[in-house]
Amino acid sequence: MTAAPDHRPNFASVSLAERLDGALPVLLVPVLVVFGFFAIGVPSSWLTLTVSGLAMGMMIFIMASGLTLVFGLMDVINFGHGAFISVGAFVGVSVLIALGEWTGAASLLLNMSAVFLAVVAAMTVTGALGWGFERIIVKPVYGAHLKQILVTVGGLIVIEQLIHVIWGPDEIFFNRPETLKGAVTFAGAAMEKYRLLAVAVGLALFIAMRMVLRRTKIGLIVRAGVENGPMVEALGYRLRLVFVGVFIAGSALAGLGGVMWGLYQEVITAGMGEKMMVLVFIVAIIGGLGSVEGAFIGALLVGLMQNYVAFLEPKLALVSNIALMTAILMWRPQGMLPVVKAK
Amino acid sequence: MIVKLLSGDKPRSAVLTAVLLVILICLAGAPFIFDGVRPLDTAARICIFILLVASYDLLLGYGGIVSFAHTMFFGLGAYGVALASTHMGRGFDALLAGSLAGALAAVVLALLIGLFSLRVRAIFFAMITLAVASAVAVLVSQFSGITGGEDGLTYKIPRVLTSANRMGEFLGTRITGKTLNYYLVFFASLILFLLLLRIVNSPFGRVLQAIRENDFRAEAIGYRVVWYRTAATCLSAAAAALAGSLFAIWLRYVGPDTTLSFEIMLDILLMVVIGGMGTMYGAVIGAALFILAQTYLQNLMGSASEATAGLPLIPDLLNPNRWLMWLGILFILSVYFFPSGIVGRLRQRRAS
Repeated sequence: MTAAPDHRPNFASVSLAERLDGALPVLLVPVLVVFGFFAIGVPSSWLTLTVSGLAMGMMIFIMASGLTLVFGLMDVINFGHGAFISVGAFVGVSVLIALGEWTGAASLLLNMSAVFLAVVAAMTVTGALGWGFERIIVKPVYGAHLKQILVTVGGLIVIEQLIHVIWGPDEIFFNRPETLKGAVTFAGAAMEKYRLLAVAVGLALFIAMRMVLRRTKIGLIVRAGVENGPMVEALGYRLRLVFVGVFIAGSALAGLGGVMWGLYQEVITAGMGEKMMVLVFIVAIIGGLGSVEGAFIGALLVGLMQNYVAFLEPKLALVSNIALMTAILMWRPQGMLPVVKAK
Repeated sequence: MIVKLLSGDKPRSAVLTAVLLVILICLAGAPFIFDGVRPLDTAARICIFILLVASYDLLLGYGGIVSFAHTMFFGLGAYGVALASTHMGRGFDALLAGSLAGALAAVVLALLIGLFSLRVRAIFFAMITLAVASAVAVLVSQFSGITGGEDGLTYKIPRVLTSANRMGEFLGTRITGKTLNYYLVFFASLILFLLLLRIVNSPFGRVLQAIRENDFRAEAIGYRVVWYRTAATCLSAAAAALAGSLFAIWLRYVGPDTTLSFEIMLDILLMVVIGGMGTMYGAVIGAALFILAQTYLQNLMGSASEATAGLPLIPDLLNPNRWLMWLGILFILSVYFFPSGIVGRLRQRRAS
C-alpha cells in the first residue's frame, strides 16, 4: 500500500493572487505607467515620455527577440549580437545617405521607400553576417558555455573593428527623412512622429512574431524545440536547420533594430551595439531567457523606466534599470515568464 | 622551502620553469638590469597585471565562471587609493585606507552580484556583470565632481615613493623613491600571487575545480555550489581591487580609460587564455608576453602600416589603432586551438 498523495482536493475557491499569478508580469507595464504619471505630475510631459519609452522599448525588443530565441533553442548565448546591431545601423545609414535626394524630398512615398530600402539592405547584410557568424564562430563550440562566451566576445570585437576599417573611426551624423522630422501635438504633449512610427513597427513585429510562433508549423517546431529539443529531433525534424534559420532571422532583426535605433539617435558609432547589449541582456534576463513574450514585457519596462528616470534624475537612468533587474530577479529568479524545459 | 612557497604546485615542465625563472629575475632586478623610465614602467605594469590576471584566473580557470566586471573591481581599488589620497592628503595612511576601502567595496559588490546571479544560473553571471560594470563606468564618468569624470584624478603619493627622493647609488644605478615604489609593487604582487597559488591548491580550490568540471555532481556530493562560487568571486574581486590600488600608487593617476574600460577587460581575457586557463603560471606568462607585445609591437604595426601605404585596405588593417582587431582574431583562434594555453602545451609535451 502506498501512502495517500499530498495533494488534497478541497472546495476552497481559487484566491485572487493565484488567478492573477500568470498575468502579473503583463500587469507590471500599466502599473509602471501609472506610477510614472504620479511621479512626474505633469500630464503632457508624462505622455511624451511614455511614448518615447514605448518606442525605445519596442526597439530594444526587436534587438532582444533574436538573442532570447537563439538561447532558448540551442542554449547558445551570443555576446556578438551587439555587432549585428552596429553593422545594421551602418549599412542602413549608408543607404540612406546614398539616397540623399529621396530622404531630402518632402514626399512621404519617396522617404518611406528610402527607409524601406535601407532596412532591406541592413537586414540582408546582417542576416548573411549572422549565417557566417554561426558557421565560423558559434558552430565549433556548441554545448560549451564558457568557450561560447569567450569566442562570441572575440567575434564582437573583430566585427566592431572591421566597421572602423570600412567606415572610418568617427561617428556618423545624419538627418532623418523629411517627413519623419517634427512632432505631432496631442492634448498639449509633443510626440515625435518617428517615435510613433517606431511603436507601430515594433507592435506589428511583435504580433507577427507571435502569429508565426503560435499559428504556423515552423513556429510549432521552434516552440517544441525550445521546450524539448531531443524529442523534436527524435520525431525526425532537423533542429539544427531550424536553429540556423532562427539565428539568421535573429541577426536580421538585430540589424533592423540597429537601423531604427540609428534613426532615433541620428548618430551612429561602431560601439553603439555594445552599449545596447547591456539593455538587451537586462531585457532577456528579466523576461526569462528563451521567452519572446517575456522579452517584450521586459523591453517595455526597461524603455519606460529609462525615460521616466532620465526625466526625474538624469544620472540614474542606467542604474535604475539595474535596480529593476535586481527587483525582478528577487521576485522571480528565472525571469518573469520562464521557459519551462522538459527534463 | 621553495616547494612550500609554491604550495606544492610545481611548474611541472623544464621549459616552463626556465621561463618563469627568467621572468622572475628580470622583474626582481628590473631597476638594475634595464636603463631608463620606460622599461621600469613596463616591468611594474607586468607585475600588476600578473596579479590581476591571476585573480581573474581563479574565477575563470578554476571556477569556470565568466565575469566581465573584473575591471570594475580593479577600478574600485584604484579609485579607492585616488580618493583617499585626494581627501586625506599624501601619506601612507591614505594609501592603506584607500586600498582597504577599495577591496572592501569590491568584496561587498561581488557578494551582491554573486548572490543574485549565481544562485540561478552561472550564465546569468556573465550578462549581469557586463551590465553592472557598464553602469559603474557610466556613473564614474557622470559624477565628475567626485571622480574627476573622463579626466580622472591626479594626486600626490608620499614623497618617499617619488623620484624626488634621492637615496644614493647602488651597482651604478641611481636609487630613488621610484625604485622603492617599484619594489613595493613587485613584492606586494609577488606575495598576493603566492597567496592566490595557496588558495587554488587548498581544499577550497579542489572543490572549485570539481564544480567547474561538474557542478551537479559537486552539489550531489554535498558541497554548496553557490557558496563556493560566490566565495571565489569575492576573493578574486578583493585581489583585483588590490591590484588596482597598486596600479594607482604606481601611476599617481586614475581615469576611466586606464582602469575601467572594456578594452582592459579584453586584455585580461586574452592574457588568461594565451597563458593557459586553470594554471596560475599561465597568468605570469600571459601577462608578461602580452604587455611586452603591447608596448613594443604597436610601434612595429605603425611602421608596417606606413611601409604598405601605397596598397589598398592593408594600411588600414595594419593601423596601430586596429590593434584590437588582431587581438580579437588571436583570441578566437587561441580559444579554438590552444584552449589550454602556453602552459598547457608545455606540460603536455613533457607528458607525452
